[in-house]
Amino acid sequence: MMTPHQDTSTADVLAAEETTQNILLPHPPDIVWSLVIVVIVGVVFYRYVLPKFQAVLDERTAKIEGGLAQAEKAQQEAAAALEQYHQQLAEARAEASKTRDEARAEGTAIVAELKAKAHEEADRIVETAHRQIEAERQTAAVSLRTEVGTLATELASKIVGESLEDSARQSRVVDRFLDELEATQGDSRAAETASAGSSASKEG
Amino acid sequence: MLLAAEGDGEFHAPTIADFFPPAILFEGTPFEFNRIMLVRVIMAAVLLLVFCLAARRATLVPGRFQNGVEMVLDFVRNSIATEVLGQENGRKYFKLLATIFCTVLVMNIAAVIPFLNIAGTSVIGLPIVLAAWTYVMYLGAGVKAHGVGGFLKNSLLPPGVPKALYILLVPIEALQVFVLRPATLVIRLLANMVAGHLMLAICFAATSFFLFDASGAMKLFGAGTFVAGAAFFFFEIFVAALQAYVFAILTAVYLNMSVEAEH
Repeated sequence: MMTPHQDTSTADVLAAEETTQNILLPHPPDIVWSLVIVVIVGVVFYRYVLPKFQAVLDERTAKIEGGLAQAEKAQQEAAAALEQYHQQLAEARAEASKTRDEARAEGTAIVAELKAKAHEEADRIVETAHRQIEAERQTAAVSLRTEVGTLATELASKIVGESLEDSARQSRVVDRFLDELEATQGDSRAAETASAGSSASKEG
Repeated sequence: MLLAAEGDGEFHAPTIADFFPPAILFEGTPFEFNRIMLVRVIMAAVLLLVFCLAARRATLVPGRFQNGVEMVLDFVRNSIATEVLGQENGRKYFKLLATIFCTVLVMNIAAVIPFLNIAGTSVIGLPIVLAAWTYVMYLGAGVKAHGVGGFLKNSLLPPGVPKALYILLVPIEALQVFVLRPATLVIRLLANMVAGHLMLAICFAATSFFLFDASGAMKLFGAGTFVAGAAFFFFEIFVAALQAYVFAILTAVYLNMSVEAEH
């Protein structure tokens, strides 16, 4: 021990104190006051300080957790909305493409149909034209045939110099002409046509 | 001693007597009140004042003051209670650990507070009371969890050991559980604070002696001892916090050993 070099009486007192004071031996007052202090601190901490802090901390934790949960929920909702939006967009795109395809197909069909119709119409027109031409040709032929007779007769009467306008006479001349024709034909074909020629003359 | 003799003044080396100051009040009764008791009462009052103020003003969004107090409590909760005892038991014994940690911490820190200059835990009474509390709590926790027989069996009969060895092990374990644990709690804390006080007191007493009582070049030693004193000052703060932590974490460890099914 670093005992100061003092007058002997002080040193003796200190030495005496040291022998009686052992730091490992508790004195009753030491224990009593320690107990009092620990009990007071303990009671205040147990009854007031720590419950109060615990309550505040729990409340804070709850609040933070609530906030976090809310944020997470909001995020999930946003994600769901985005997903839905994407899905709708995809659907709309698919629909648009489908509509476009349909329109294209329909357009092609319409064009094809119109083409077919035009062909048909053209065919019909051509046929009509053919038919008309045929009819006109026939009309012309008929009118030509009648007119050829008249013209020939007129020409013949002029040539003959005899009016053949009298119908009875005209027909007689014609009959006669035809008879002559038959006669010339009958001469050339001889007997087999004789009977036919007689019947024909009767009819005429 | 020789150095002290050289100067005119005296070298007031710290002695054991520092821990047994003369009585102020009630001398000779069990309520004898001395300087150490006064330091303890002051520190307890400061502790309660700070924590009660913080608790009364405690709000959901903490201010700087509340944050500081909560930091201490959070440290006890996370680094001591939950770390050692787990979530459930940690919550159960949080109050005990927080009270012990805060009490030991403020009593230790008195060692470096000017005019107090001595730790409330540097006299054996307070370490004994705190260790006794821990002792009762961990024995009680063990009995509550496993019953008297179960607790004794858990504590004294470590599993996986040949039966013959129990002759040796049972006395050792019993000594450990019933004597050594509380005794080491007391002595570790007490010795640290006594040693810390002696080191600080020696450095500053020497500084005072060299500066004011030593002659000539000897005064230069004063600078050296002052620097050493300053270093011990900060070291003492560290030791104060460390010993509070050690006391609290050992309390948690002992509680855990008691409530655990097997160790």
